[in-house]
Amino acid sequence: MSTVPSASTASASVPDSRGRFGDFGGRFVPETLTRALDQLSEEYDRSRQDPEFQRELTGLLKTFVGRPSPLYFARRLTEAVGGAKIWLKREDVNHTGAHKINNTVGQALLTLRMGKTRVIAETGAGQHGVASATACAHFGLPCTVYMGSEDIRRQKPNVFSMKLLGAEICPVESGSKTLRDAVNEAMRDWMSSVEQTHYIIGSAIGPHPFPMMVRDFQSVIGRETREQCRDTFGRLPDCVVACVGGGSNAAGMFYPFIEDDEVKLVGVEAGGRGNAPGDHASPLTFGQPGILHGSYSYVMQDDDGQTCDVHSMSAGLDYPGVGPEHSYWKDTGRVVYSDCGDTAAMDAFDKLARTEGIIAALESSHAIAKAMDIAKDMSPESHLVVCLSGRGDKDAMEIARLRGDNW
Amino acid sequence: MSAVDQLFTDLRTEGRKALMPFFTAGDPDIATTARVIRAAEAAGANLCEVGVPYSDPIADGPVIQASYQRALDRGFRLQQVMELGEDVKVDVRMPLVTMVSYAIIHRVGLASYVQQAKTAGYSGAIVPDLLVEEAAPFSQICVDEDFSLIQLVTPTTPQDRQVRIAESSSGFLYYVSVTGITGERTALPDDLVGNVKWLREQTDLPICIGFGISDPETAAQLAPVADGLIVGSAVVRRVHDAVATDTAADRVTDFVKSLRHAVDNAPSAI
Repeated sequence: MSTVPSASTASASVPDSRGRFGDFGGRFVPETLTRALDQLSEEYDRSRQDPEFQRELTGLLKTFVGRPSPLYFARRLTEAVGGAKIWLKREDVNHTGAHKINNTVGQALLTLRMGKTRVIAETGAGQHGVASATACAHFGLPCTVYMGSEDIRRQKPNVFSMKLLGAEICPVESGSKTLRDAVNEAMRDWMSSVEQTHYIIGSAIGPHPFPMMVRDFQSVIGRETREQCRDTFGRLPDCVVACVGGGSNAAGMFYPFIEDDEVKLVGVEAGGRGNAPGDHASPLTFGQPGILHGSYSYVMQDDDGQTCDVHSMSAGLDYPGVGPEHSYWKDTGRVVYSDCGDTAAMDAFDKLARTEGIIAALESSHAIAKAMDIAKDMSPESHLVVCLSGRGDKDAMEIARLRGDNW
Repeated sequence: MSAVDQLFTDLRTEGRKALMPFFTAGDPDIATTARVIRAAEAAGANLCEVGVPYSDPIADGPVIQASYQRALDRGFRLQQVMELGEDVKVDVRMPLVTMVSYAIIHRVGLASYVQQAKTAGYSGAIVPDLLVEEAAPFSQICVDEDFSLIQLVTPTTPQDRQVRIAESSSGFLYYVSVTGITGERTALPDDLVGNVKWLREQTDLPICIGFGISDPETAAQLAPVADGLIVGSAVVRRVHDAVATDTAADRVTDFVKSLRHAVDNAPSAI
């Protein structure tokens, strides 16, 4: 397990059969889960090659999710920034308002094919919870969603939606009461219910095959973007920017571009309140390789290997770990990772709302902020695409609270 | 031969079963953990598992998870587990092994962890999140250092895989009695006895059963089929319940004695 950045180039032919992206990934879970993970790997391999599965998935993505999502030219934002042309990949207009549904529809289909009769999920911002509850309602599967009580507080609209969709919400009171604790609790449920239950992990994290599978289901974002760029401006973009919490929208956006060296890829972590430990959620920027939630990847840990508390105002990015493929892309140098703080993200949120009439999720606002920063130093002939991973309706109440009465 | 191997060799000669309580290091504090370990040995325990508190334990049920959280909230550091070992090795003769997440071992460094633990008097480690596919580097160090690496087999583990796990384990094989997390249960699965019997034919390693053993009755039921029994949550809960009255050592003494009696008086075979 080397921590030294490797000089090798990133390959799209990862992970290997053990779920390793270079050194990263693998499986570090209790033995009890091995059988279910093997079963999931086998079913996913079978389904991936099954035209019937692909037909069903593509059909649902089109008629239920509303794909393809538009590639939108942000004219007034581009003018305001004064640099590269800024395009938005509009995952916010998907059914349920974010990219998360691309993955939950796929995994719900796999649940049925494995003959499992119950679904559990974890959620931070609530987008994955809503997307899981939605896919489960569509297929008639019972769904239990684990959510940290702090996240329940700050993402209330999504909690209501999940309940309306018939999901059971289990508030998690342990630890920091956020996404990380929700993952722990969902894993514990799965340990006891693994024979009948599928755990739909919402990000490109966790033990193999989850990071690969979630990336693949989300790769529809990058594939469409490539095609839309060629159709719209006749070539690939110069730069693609996406926010990274666990990293599923970024993995899905970046993966189809990995072997296009001319396309610069930028991942944006949550810089929170500052660089001090506990003030941010940027493991790729400030952490080091370690083990969390079943895989080997960059993580915020103390010297004893205890996971550190992290902070972001955005519940979807408030996570001390990151998907293992991002660690691989970081160490190979294929993707550049940087961070963006709460304040800059909030400014970007306002800017996008007022120049384009789009209320972005706070998570996606981190990517918008970094994109504006990068675009201003690029020529007007160049093209930059931002993954607008979700819409911000869920954040309205939290933003009102953060601004107090004077906004 | 590690102290764990020696223990089971001796017990087999004497026709006895191992009784192995689990304590969370640092819950409520390290001094109490040292006291309850001593009390457990005096009451008839043969080996003791020392749980290393971890921030994100996914195999553990609410009782052990909460004990980890309490210890961490009070500022638990890994160094205290080593100090605990140094303290009790002076007079405690039974082997101690740590139950520790691979997240911690990896962060400390595989060789460094084994070195520190050995020096402190620990004879092995149970690493609940280290699967046989990922175990090779750590397992090699354990073999070289004669440090027992105790791995887990569960009811969902296919038979060929159980054999692979047995081959890469040392000390004893930890048979997880139920599909799920640690914790006390009123009923254990029907096929448990048969499964353990099958496994016994595949390996010479001692087989110890854990997860879900909460009282002398269950212990008596399982003792005939196993080489040893691990009792975790039921012990941790007693230590925690006694905190206010400072009677943790007494409660552990009573409980371990009752388990010892049940195990020793169980029929010798099923």
